[in-house]
Amino acid sequence: MAQAQPLHTPIGLLAELTHRCPLGCPYCSNPLALEPRDDELDAATWARVFKEAAALGVLQVHLSGGEPGARRDLVDIAAHAREAGLYTNLITSGVGIITRTMRDLWEAGLDHVQVSIQDSDAVSADHIAGYRGAFQRKLALAAEAVRLGLPLTVNLVVHRANIERIGAMVDLALKLNAARIEIAHVQYYGWALKNRAALMPERKQVDRAVLEVEALREKHRGRIVIDAVVPDYHARFPKPCVGGWGRRSLNVTPTGRVLPCHAAETIPGIEFWNVRDRSLSEIWTSSPAFNAFRGTDFLPDPCRSCDRREVDFGGCRCQAYALTGDARATDPVCHLSPHHQKVAALAQQTADEPYAYRRMS
Amino acid sequence: MTAPAQIPPDSRPRLPRGVRLTNSEAHGGWVLLAPERIFKADAIAYEVLRRCTGEATLTEIVDDLARTFNAPRERVASDVTALLAGLAEKRLLEF
Repeated sequence: MAQAQPLHTPIGLLAELTHRCPLGCPYCSNPLALEPRDDELDAATWARVFKEAAALGVLQVHLSGGEPGARRDLVDIAAHAREAGLYTNLITSGVGIITRTMRDLWEAGLDHVQVSIQDSDAVSADHIAGYRGAFQRKLALAAEAVRLGLPLTVNLVVHRANIERIGAMVDLALKLNAARIEIAHVQYYGWALKNRAALMPERKQVDRAVLEVEALREKHRGRIVIDAVVPDYHARFPKPCVGGWGRRSLNVTPTGRVLPCHAAETIPGIEFWNVRDRSLSEIWTSSPAFNAFRGTDFLPDPCRSCDRREVDFGGCRCQAYALTGDARATDPVCHLSPHHQKVAALAQQTADEPYAYRRMS
Repeated sequence: MTAPAQIPPDSRPRLPRGVRLTNSEAHGGWVLLAPERIFKADAIAYEVLRRCTGEATLTEIVDDLARTFNAPRERVASDVTALLAGLAEKRLLEF
């Protein structure tokens, strides 16, 4: 079955350099069981992975985590990515990277920086991150990146506590002279599932936010690019998760496991291969994980007969599994799914309760 | 700033840091790499973009293209301006 699917050329590689992170964000989408520092891939292995990725057709690498700044060899790793010819993007919390390191990264050829900011209000931002002083440090690092001439993206994860301040966040991003802001509603995977009720906004807030983003995009056209990630649980159609399973991107975990998407390990019974044992090319073409849900042949109805089948690929496999118990099912975010009522009901379960912060044990 | 960016004829357009034109065999030609974005550059876009180095003015770029491809200058000017204004609006071009 898998071999019958046309093999696409990947464009992106998410390199999770470490699961370590100083912040405790309640919406963390990393898995419940984090990979330990002792098992993290070394810089030389990452260099090999980047070369193999470039040969496979990958154009962009996203250095992520956890907080990539927790790696002392981050600059070497970034330099290896550039040497491999990859467009190199750093995704950081802004905490744990000092000004000096930012300069070294710039010299190493870093192409772009994305800094997460939790809110436009300092007190709320630090509360969400579970880290006092994080907000100021983030602003300082973002300013340094811009000063160096690096294009900056500000990332805002939207939820119940900050959804009313999207406009103020865009103003903050403009003040920082960011080229782009990513307004991403929380996706409920990994640790975020624990805090779903505390993070879930009200339906009317979501509707307002969607309209507000549209208006802001018009208002600031030409000054800042506004990209939005839709609020899954309130949508009518599912997202084309990672552009289709095993179609456009790969994700390498801190210990070298290669996943078709960030959350793929939540689906039981899938065998993941490791870059320590095999080449990236072999993993891309032949690993059971990448072939598990390639294409659309595995999809049941309503997808099978749906015009959007090649648009959204039936949505997200991890979400289908998390909410229906069947990873092959139509993503229940879709209003045509027989399980859609369950999503609608979960979207109404909101609670003003304390966050379960993510802490490295 | 809702109007499309106006690029003055004497400005010197260039790709800013974080925007790179690169040849990818795997993807069948030239691509423009940008923050979280990839654009395929067709033959014409490639010829325009490779001239956006911050050295030549818009006028010089248009003249050069019209001469090289033996095309009517007016037509080249409007095509190039449209392409560059679109990129500037996405912050993929400085001038």
